[in-house]
Amino acid sequence: MFLTRFHTKTRLALQNVWAELTTKALLSATVLSLILSGTTMISMTNLTNAASQSTKQQSSSRVSQFVLGNGMQVLVIPDHRAPVVTHMVWYHVGAADEPPGKAGVAHFLEHLMFKGTEKIAPAEFSKIIARNGGRDNAFTSQDATVYHQRVASDRLPLVMKLEADRMRNLKLDDKTVRTERDVVLEERRSRTDNSPSAILSEQMMAALYVSHPYGAPVIGWEHEIKALNLKDAMEFYRQFYAPNNAILIVAGDVTRAQVEKLAKATYGKIERMEAVKMQPCPQEAPPAAPRRVILKDKRAGKASFSRLYLVPSYNTARQGEAEAIDLMMKILAGGSTSLMYNDLVVDDKIATSVSGWYESSGRDYGRIGFHALAAGKNSIRDVEKALDKEIAKFIKNGPTQKQLERAKNSYIAEYVYGVDSQSTLARRYGWALVVGQSVKDVEEWPKRLEKVTTKDISRVAAKYLVEKASVTGLLFPVEKTKQARKTTLRKRRKRS
Amino acid sequence: MISLLLEWRHAKKLALLFLTTFFVLTGFYFMSSKSSLVVAKNSGSEDLMLSTSESSLDKKPASKYADRIQQVTSPKGITAWLVEDHSIPLMALQFAFTGGSTQDPKGREGLANFLTAMLDEGAGNIKSKKFQAMLDEMAIRIDFDASRDAFDGNFQTLTRNRDKALELMYLALNKPRFDKKALERIREQLLAGLKISAKSPSKIASRAWFEAAYGNHPYARPVKGTQKSVSSITSKDLEAYRRKVFARDTLKIGVVGDITADELAVALDKLFGDLPEKSDLVTVPEIAELGGPVRRVINMDNPQSVAQFGHQGIKREDEDFIPAYVLNYILGGGGFSSRLMEEVREKRGLAYSVYSYLYPLDHGAMFIGGVATKNAKLEKSLDVITSELKRLSENGPSEEELKNAKLYLTGSYPLRFDTSSKIASQLLWIQMDDLGIDYIDMRNKKVQDVTLKQIKSVAKRLIRPERLIITIVGNPKSG
Repeated sequence: MFLTRFHTKTRLALQNVWAELTTKALLSATVLSLILSGTTMISMTNLTNAASQSTKQQSSSRVSQFVLGNGMQVLVIPDHRAPVVTHMVWYHVGAADEPPGKAGVAHFLEHLMFKGTEKIAPAEFSKIIARNGGRDNAFTSQDATVYHQRVASDRLPLVMKLEADRMRNLKLDDKTVRTERDVVLEERRSRTDNSPSAILSEQMMAALYVSHPYGAPVIGWEHEIKALNLKDAMEFYRQFYAPNNAILIVAGDVTRAQVEKLAKATYGKIERMEAVKMQPCPQEAPPAAPRRVILKDKRAGKASFSRLYLVPSYNTARQGEAEAIDLMMKILAGGSTSLMYNDLVVDDKIATSVSGWYESSGRDYGRIGFHALAAGKNSIRDVEKALDKEIAKFIKNGPTQKQLERAKNSYIAEYVYGVDSQSTLARRYGWALVVGQSVKDVEEWPKRLEKVTTKDISRVAAKYLVEKASVTGLLFPVEKTKQARKTTLRKRRKRS
Repeated sequence: MISLLLEWRHAKKLALLFLTTFFVLTGFYFMSSKSSLVVAKNSGSEDLMLSTSESSLDKKPASKYADRIQQVTSPKGITAWLVEDHSIPLMALQFAFTGGSTQDPKGREGLANFLTAMLDEGAGNIKSKKFQAMLDEMAIRIDFDASRDAFDGNFQTLTRNRDKALELMYLALNKPRFDKKALERIREQLLAGLKISAKSPSKIASRAWFEAAYGNHPYARPVKGTQKSVSSITSKDLEAYRRKVFARDTLKIGVVGDITADELAVALDKLFGDLPEKSDLVTVPEIAELGGPVRRVINMDNPQSVAQFGHQGIKREDEDFIPAYVLNYILGGGGFSSRLMEEVREKRGLAYSVYSYLYPLDHGAMFIGGVATKNAKLEKSLDVITSELKRLSENGPSEEELKNAKLYLTGSYPLRFDTSSKIASQLLWIQMDDLGIDYIDMRNKKVQDVTLKQIKSVAKRLIRPERLIITIVGNPKSG
């Protein structure tokens, strides 16, 4: 999960998408696309492989990788179809690296990075980009902080110069920091405090990751955000922002030679920082009991069911397991052709929607999630029972060969759609490289995907879809009248 | 238009939360205002962009983008604009019919939207499950969207599956089944969505805004309908809508990708050839001027108040539209380069998100903006916004602001042309707005030609804070 610094209009576009999302009935499952949730996350980090499978000459010779003298990794992905480049700097630091009690500082720093350097006035960075016909933004996740721009290819030297400047030369004052802190608090209100389902989600994450920092939200807890100051931000900045702790990715109308020359002239001039030591995060003890999080809120529109399971990410999974989990989720709940959708929504009509995904890009852990809404008079607890039955059935029978083939084909075909966008390509590599994976890992994904068997899927299902590794979240609109509550109570007594 | 829809996204906030974060991945993050979405349909030539810049790594000869667009006419007379691109084996086709949700009969609000969800739930002899399975197996993307004035579709397929894909798309458009089971399932999903939206502060604010602005006019009616109206829609209603709106006389099409003009001509007849020649549309009355001032507060127990503000806007065909568009960029469309961001967020920390956009429709036009601020400070935000509107209206922008706006708007044009779907979208909406096949090459000049005098006069004409219609959802003033 990650947050962007700026999404005003995108907020609008997003709201429209949200609106669409909540009301339109499904479509081609392949539209898992780029915009959507976890499943796509996984798919995204690995689809390049699919690409290399289908467009062999292009992709493997397409990407160039090298390292600057000061340790900065560089990746170049040429795409000459339009005179545009996507320029990104991925710092190997995210919310998971925050000191205890300072949740939100990584994201806060991301905001502050736009507030001026020795050479550039506060807020001038984005204005310079805009005057050059470019777009810029940034985002923070648990494992990375990323600054990116899209500009005409002839402005690449400019953005590299600016980005390199703020890597070490940030200059802030108290007033600026205080004002921006207020902005972050408004952001938290918009994303979380105003939304019961977001609040529930935040609590579920805290329950899923008991020791690991992934349990704290990227935006931070309100009381901790309020206490963040200039010193906190600068300490974090000086500790983690260095060329040897960053990856430069340039995709678009460029060649390796051009990028190498520019990189050496900009980022290359910054000294490596020996002190950057990424501390390993506290690991989770094996989960020992299932957790339930229940939220009753009159601001909720409908009762909903959510479930999370702790699983490894691509970075930490054993050979082939992540790929198997990926395919398992696609088959089980990845769209309108999935098992759960067919059983729960179409045939049994117990749910009006059901979805699943695999958040797989983490440094240390991943998670799989399910979400469902009840249909008609069915209660959300009935939906939960039905979903658990589906899981038990799946663990027992596994997928059919046909279901497996279809899921594989779907992912691989999706890749080709992704190749259409340089930004997508840049991100695919970025998400993988920033947690320590290689270009080869990204590009050989289709091969590994092909190797997954129905037995592999049965194995990961039994291993990971276990109750004690789960968090169940229920959201209830508090709308019941006393009478209705009495009725429910009577019904329950009858059953027991 | 952005219809990336999945059954399961229907699933809500949890998924949506993840979604929210992922929208960036599509490059949306900086997507500009609604106005850009509209005017973004006014494309610019990449080459033209290069020629306005001072230096470039590669100097390309200035050629016209219009030369890349082929106007393809099928044997039955259906036309499409095509940009061939054989570098990636896929095709993106976008089309639209005039009509949209304003064609929903009274009491059947949400009909067009319902139809968008039903077209791929079984068609011809293929029932829903099989139809969905085929789309999935072949990675065919079909989605539809209904807005107030148009019903549009987005169709993408890999070259190797194109024939099958065309067949399925033909069936969806011409022979949707509307089977009872599928219908009821989709209805449930739509109703669930409405229930969720009914508690979303921004959606509530928007809905209230349109009601306040348009009263009894069709534009006030919710595109997604109400619980009551969506509950009453029948398959007969859906079919009636389809027959009336899906017709060749209003159809516009944009195509990009791995397909030749000859192949496209055949495909066009395949997809659309059986549709009636003439549509049967209800006339939507013209609204020349919105009312206002109006202020409405809807109390909701949230820590943050969400406000939508706006008033009369400017029609796309108005000769002052481009200057108005540039003006809006300066006011609230230009992100961190905008006055609203500067005053509300940067200087005062009052909001994460504050923006404005132009929203021209076929029969009316709006200028709209939004902000979200904690309850205690919402009034302050609105005060700041209102005084910025006053200031801009009275004095217009500065020379510097105008210069910078032009630099951004012309320079960023090519960024709208870097994926097949984005280009197809440009081709479609330029036709829908009837801007001409050379618009792509003309657009940047139109922006460059805006003078300070002109934009100042447009500011006076367009921006009228004394007429603001404002809807607020939250508990403004409480702590």
